[in-house]
Amino acid sequence: MMIKILGLLLLVITQTASAKVSIDHWQTSQGSPVYFIQTTGLPMVDVQVVFDAGSARDAEQYGIASFTTTLLDTGAGAWNADTIAQRLESVGAQLSAGVSTDMATVSLRSLTEPKLLNSALETLQTVLSKPRFAEADVKRDLSRTLAGLKQREESPAAQADIAFNKALYGNHPYAHDSDGDLKTVSGFTAAKVRAFYQQHYVAANAMVVMVGNLEKPQATQIAEQLLAGLPVGQKPAPLEDVVLPKKTPLQHIEFPSSQTHVLVGLPVSFRNDPDYFTLYVGNHILGGSGLVSKLFNEIREKRGLAYSASSHFAAYLKPGPFEIGLQTRNEKTNEALQVLNQTLVDFINNGPTEAELKASKQNITGGFAMRFDTNKELAGYAAMMGFYHLPLDYLDTFTQKIEQVSVANIKETFKRRLPIDLLQTVTVGQTVTQATAVKTGAK
Amino acid sequence: MKFKSLLILPFCLPFLAHSADVKVQEQVLTNGLKVLVKEDHRSPVVVSQVWYKVGSSYEPGGITGSSHMLEHMMFKGTDKHPAGEFSRIIAENGGDENAFTGRDYTAYFQTMEKSRLPVSFELEADRMRGLHLLPEELVKELEVVHEERRMRTDDKPRAKTEEHFMAMAFSNSPYKHPVIGWPADIENYKVADLQAWYQRWYAPNNATLVVIGDVQAAEVFTLAQQYFGELKASELTPLKPQTEIVQLGERRMTIKLPAQLPYLMMGYKVPTLKNAVNPDEAYALEVLAGVLDGGNSARLSSKLVRGKQLAVTASAAYDLTARLPELFMLEATPAKGKKLPELERALKNEVVLLQNTLISTAELERVKAQVLAQSVFEQDSMFYQGMKIGMFETIGLGWKKADEYVDKINHVTAEQVQAVANKYLLDDQLSIAYMEPQGMANKTTGQ
Repeated sequence: MMIKILGLLLLVITQTASAKVSIDHWQTSQGSPVYFIQTTGLPMVDVQVVFDAGSARDAEQYGIASFTTTLLDTGAGAWNADTIAQRLESVGAQLSAGVSTDMATVSLRSLTEPKLLNSALETLQTVLSKPRFAEADVKRDLSRTLAGLKQREESPAAQADIAFNKALYGNHPYAHDSDGDLKTVSGFTAAKVRAFYQQHYVAANAMVVMVGNLEKPQATQIAEQLLAGLPVGQKPAPLEDVVLPKKTPLQHIEFPSSQTHVLVGLPVSFRNDPDYFTLYVGNHILGGSGLVSKLFNEIREKRGLAYSASSHFAAYLKPGPFEIGLQTRNEKTNEALQVLNQTLVDFINNGPTEAELKASKQNITGGFAMRFDTNKELAGYAAMMGFYHLPLDYLDTFTQKIEQVSVANIKETFKRRLPIDLLQTVTVGQTVTQATAVKTGAK
Repeated sequence: MKFKSLLILPFCLPFLAHSADVKVQEQVLTNGLKVLVKEDHRSPVVVSQVWYKVGSSYEPGGITGSSHMLEHMMFKGTDKHPAGEFSRIIAENGGDENAFTGRDYTAYFQTMEKSRLPVSFELEADRMRGLHLLPEELVKELEVVHEERRMRTDDKPRAKTEEHFMAMAFSNSPYKHPVIGWPADIENYKVADLQAWYQRWYAPNNATLVVIGDVQAAEVFTLAQQYFGELKASELTPLKPQTEIVQLGERRMTIKLPAQLPYLMMGYKVPTLKNAVNPDEAYALEVLAGVLDGGNSARLSSKLVRGKQLAVTASAAYDLTARLPELFMLEATPAKGKKLPELERALKNEVVLLQNTLISTAELERVKAQVLAQSVFEQDSMFYQGMKIGMFETIGLGWKKADEYVDKINHVTAEQVQAVANKYLLDDQLSIAYMEPQGMANKTTGQ
């Protein structure tokens, strides 16, 4: 058991506004890690139970991790979906469950008034440890999920995302969309969902995050009780490494939309990446700082080519995608793509100026307190730090690590980590010939 | 950025007294600028929002979307600061910023570390009266807004369906126009149009400054006086009412689009808090929306999605804080093998049930419990607290009405819910759209 900051100090800190975060950390008797941040301003608590059961654990059954989370509250213990919903909603509690690439997260937001909180926690515990996965519920939700997948085909943005991840990750578990596809999802059965659940929803694979107005003993008891019904089980095998894609020509998907969605990128950075902060600051300048980034300036401010143009490094357990994205009217696709590539290549070759770096650092460090000024954001940070085994002083040292980044670091790191010739490019939209461009009055 | 309808759920609970005693403090400068401050000392952060009483529902035909266009141009330079400098200065001070336009408001915001509030005030005061509209900047920004429209509406079958639906449901109310404007209007904005719009609406006596965060109200009032105090008030020409004519029977349309799933939209003409003869009716409609769609245990999910399995999604929505009479919306996607007429009948049956039978005590209590809890949860976000105050003030209800919300909902009875169902959810006041998907062929090629 490890306790980072003493409770007494914590109390003082949270009552006066401060950009310091104190995270309490221990393990349940079954060995599941717990992360607790006490905030005393409001009579509410956010509880998250996180499993290493994101879409990366789907194996061949693309979408099974996500589908499992949607079924948790459709029947558990003695209760059907109506009863579960009534139990939660009659005490004003909010339950949600879903997956990201790496994680499955079941979240509860509740008032801390004991009668209300206890009822909500009992529901959460039952949903986590005794889901029914009844045939009728599985069948109904399967048909809803398939409808959702069908509707996804209406969206050029969704089609671009799917093709982009496939281009970056090939056969790696990060390659498919977390919702799965029509073919794999059609094959889901109650037995398959139960098997996925039994393997992954175990104490050895679980973590509890709590942020809110609780005392430590209460938090200890809640974490213990929430996971008590789960077998200890074991962690899933480590994920395979990501192999960089081969040099590939631009991939275009013809789609009946007025805009073409453009995505350019490569798998690059992961959570424990020693280059993480250098890449983060560099990207902030390139395309991560909203209305003032280089990409935004070149694409939108100077040329009016798109409403949004941005880039980011998604950091997962294994290298997540570096992604630059924009949407432009079909007839401007080539021009927009050219500007995008030129901006990126210039940045990789030349790095930022000292002035750009300074402005970017001022933005990141000056706005540091705003990263976690809500319980919800604090819970997100705690879950991230816990899941990826980041040091508990991650936020305390964040500003310092930003300050240490130099122009030379950025230049060297971008060159080394972003081999230009391997960048993957996906476009989704309508091909416009010169004749039709004139006919539709394109400028 | 556009917000069209947001759930507004304020605070003040008996058993949560310690969280409810933070009050909004108000001061009006001599030039008419109303300053509202709510202290929240949980983090060393401040949210500053400037709300203008103008939005798409203020716009006459021909220049629809000009409030939104002007919102974009507000970042394009003043007499003092050239284009782009506003955003650059905010960014260098660690700030987050943006703006949004709705039917009844245009608002600008910055979130910053608390000591930087003067930076935000200096820049917002400057662009309240000193905007410098340049033709060359407008040319570029017009393209950006066209792209925004394509992204938000033209390439989204349901957004496009909604746009056509609203244009049918309203005859002469400005709510028939999309916030972003019709394409032909966007195409033809001139600097003079936007200049006139700016002159008419951007003035301290047509604005509200909302500040939430780790600040002292007295200090904020002093700062506001220092930066905004010298701005000249305008003589405001009253807005023409554009009151919607009475609908004389059901309206129905079919929308054909490249899409994959059919979709149903139904809307009944209803009053809102601002214009209801009896404001209790607005709160009763709010509860009614909660009975149908206040979560997974509500009737639409429980009966149509799970029970009869007619729909894969079904929702109800009511915007209590719309300035003008609104639509009470029902929307649904049919389950595989189910048809739109069948779904329409099922939704109408739910309406009939509300008209004929009192809702249960459990349902009423559930909605009230959710409203109470939500009033605490929303205080987790300073931005949301500011939204609520700014919106109530800007549509003309006054921020105090926001504080009454939980109490008013608590007093709604099952009889009142039945009464509004009988008074307003009438076939002759209904508009219906069927979105019928047309084929769409996608194919992949290397290039």
